[in-house]
Amino acid sequence: MFLHYVNTKLLKNIHKSRSSAGYPLSPCVAAFRDRMSVPPLPRSWHILLVLATVFFLWHPAQGWAKSYDTINISNPFLHKTPVAVTEFKALTGKDAETEIGTTALTILNEGLEFTGYLKLVNPRAFLSSPAQTGIQLGQIHFRDWTGIGAELLITGGVEIDGDQVQLKLRLFDTFNTKLLKGKIYTGPPGQVRRMIHLFCAEVSYALTGTWGVFNSKLSFISTVNGNKEVFVSDFDGHNPKQVTHHKSISLSPAWSSDGQWLAYVSYAGGKPDIYIKHLAENRGAIVNREGMNISPAWMPGQAKLAAAMSFSGNQQIYLLTRNGEIITKITDSWGINVSPVFSPDGKKIAFVSNRSGTPQIYITDLNTQEVRRVTFQGNYNTSPAWSPDGNKMAYVGIEKNQIDIYMINLASGPGMPVQLTRDQKDNEDPSWSPDGNLIVFTSNREGNSSALYVMTAAGTDQRRLLHMKGRQTQPGWSGPMTIED
Amino acid sequence: MNKKLWINVVMAILVAGLFLTVSCAKKTVVSDASTIEDQAQAEAQAAAEAEAQRKAEAERIRQQELEAQAAGEKAVEQARQQAAKTRFLHQNIHFAFDSAELSSEAKELVKEKAQWLKQNQKVSVTIEGHCDERGTTEYNLALGERRANAVQNYLQDLGIGGFRLDTVSYGEERPLDPGQTEAAYAKNRRAQFVLK
Repeated sequence: MFLHYVNTKLLKNIHKSRSSAGYPLSPCVAAFRDRMSVPPLPRSWHILLVLATVFFLWHPAQGWAKSYDTINISNPFLHKTPVAVTEFKALTGKDAETEIGTTALTILNEGLEFTGYLKLVNPRAFLSSPAQTGIQLGQIHFRDWTGIGAELLITGGVEIDGDQVQLKLRLFDTFNTKLLKGKIYTGPPGQVRRMIHLFCAEVSYALTGTWGVFNSKLSFISTVNGNKEVFVSDFDGHNPKQVTHHKSISLSPAWSSDGQWLAYVSYAGGKPDIYIKHLAENRGAIVNREGMNISPAWMPGQAKLAAAMSFSGNQQIYLLTRNGEIITKITDSWGINVSPVFSPDGKKIAFVSNRSGTPQIYITDLNTQEVRRVTFQGNYNTSPAWSPDGNKMAYVGIEKNQIDIYMINLASGPGMPVQLTRDQKDNEDPSWSPDGNLIVFTSNREGNSSALYVMTAAGTDQRRLLHMKGRQTQPGWSGPMTIED
Repeated sequence: MNKKLWINVVMAILVAGLFLTVSCAKKTVVSDASTIEDQAQAEAQAAAEAEAQRKAEAERIRQQELEAQAAGEKAVEQARQQAAKTRFLHQNIHFAFDSAELSSEAKELVKEKAQWLKQNQKVSVTIEGHCDERGTTEYNLALGERRANAVQNYLQDLGIGGFRLDTVSYGEERPLDPGQTEAAYAKNRRAQFVLK
């Protein structure tokens, strides 16, 4: 009885906390969660809970509110929602349909990983096969899916008609036996990836109210014949394309919020200068004042940038127009001031300064010009990355010669930073996904070569993003770009 | 009888002729003596000439030796200058982690650089600031600039014209040693001189 009580209570808290943590559930999903009585937890959880119960009985004085805190239920990345994704049905029975279905399934499975909060149910556990029995609402045996703990089910169908491929995709709520989203996409076979990602965005929207990462891109630096050049790829590292051909050192690419512009640093002129470039059209500007011109960052929703420049003698942060003209000086202190990054509302700038003797992260309010220090632990804290909800700051810290990514909560005042990477060599350059669920970063954990990795905002599910020649560094996740249907 | 007389006459003539011949021969001997005198003179002359030549040769050799010595000294000087230049370009000024401050050793080395720059007035240089790979790209660019500036400022304090000194920071982009050891990091935290 007690066990069941804990179970239900825990689940309710998971769901409550998930919505309160900034993931608003769609009405039907929320409704289904509230009415849910059978806890869809895997067997291992029951064992854990029995152990936990025994623990509470042995230590009644501890009170279980405290122990409850140690199970971090407010974290959707540690308690992912199980989703079953079935094989695609070849709707007219053609071999080519089966083939495309297999490709589409792989893309779909990989895509869902980029939500950060969905967990794929192992297909070997499946009790039925909608690819054979049917993929529509009336043809699904929902008990087959609730029985194996799948809270969500995605079915797919492929139909080839001439040179066009039609994908029929459905997202079901298994406990509530409801169709949450159904979409049909038609296009040439080369667009299957795009179609699947559009559906992934629909899944994300149906579950959380945000479109997720599926309409975003990455910028990064990769070495080409020993020279660092700027690259752009899809959110998952697919389709990397070289943007610069300076055959020099190019660094620090930064997306404008509409994804149309990149600003970056290059030594093409013999010293570090800022290049502001429209990605599709041949226009832009170069900021090459005396000294160095580095670390550009775009103001959200504006044709303005912050950057560090040293023409005055000290490295100070300035606000610039997109043409490189100075609007205002933002910092005015001795020493180094670099790496500006705007708050999502554009009203504040976080930056790195060594005004106190060591590099630390500060935040300045653009209106009041009030400056406050954010990091206090350790002697080296740099690379601030502001979470899209404005509440958290990821950054790089060096502790005992270990370079790792940390996160600090800004809303609750100076508190203990959370360490997101640990014992995996050097980890640097954090950048948030536009939905705030993931962080892309650089690590040299495999071999001695830097490559791009991604993890959830809780530091879980760390995995490599792309495999390409050379060394990859300084990833930057773009904001959401317009989805074209 | 007549025949005997004829023979005697012929004999007499022959003897007379012999005499004549002898006197003639005597004359020849006299003339030979004078030749010997000439030869001795010539020999003396030749000896003098040879002596002069020998002296000239010795002088020439001495000159040559002097020249060789001078050339050698020049070569030594050139080698010395080359060594000084090499040292100027390759003896880097090192820094502590996250520091752009010149240590006393670093200052000694910058003084040596200043000396060289004073001896080579026509030379202009770029001072490159570098960092080890730890830390952030942007912060290291800034730190590298401060390292280069620290060296530039000290050189100017030592009397080197600012117009001869340029700076550029490469941050962590151009390590001398790609290793990930403290020794490699120490080598990479540097200000380095490049001729313009």
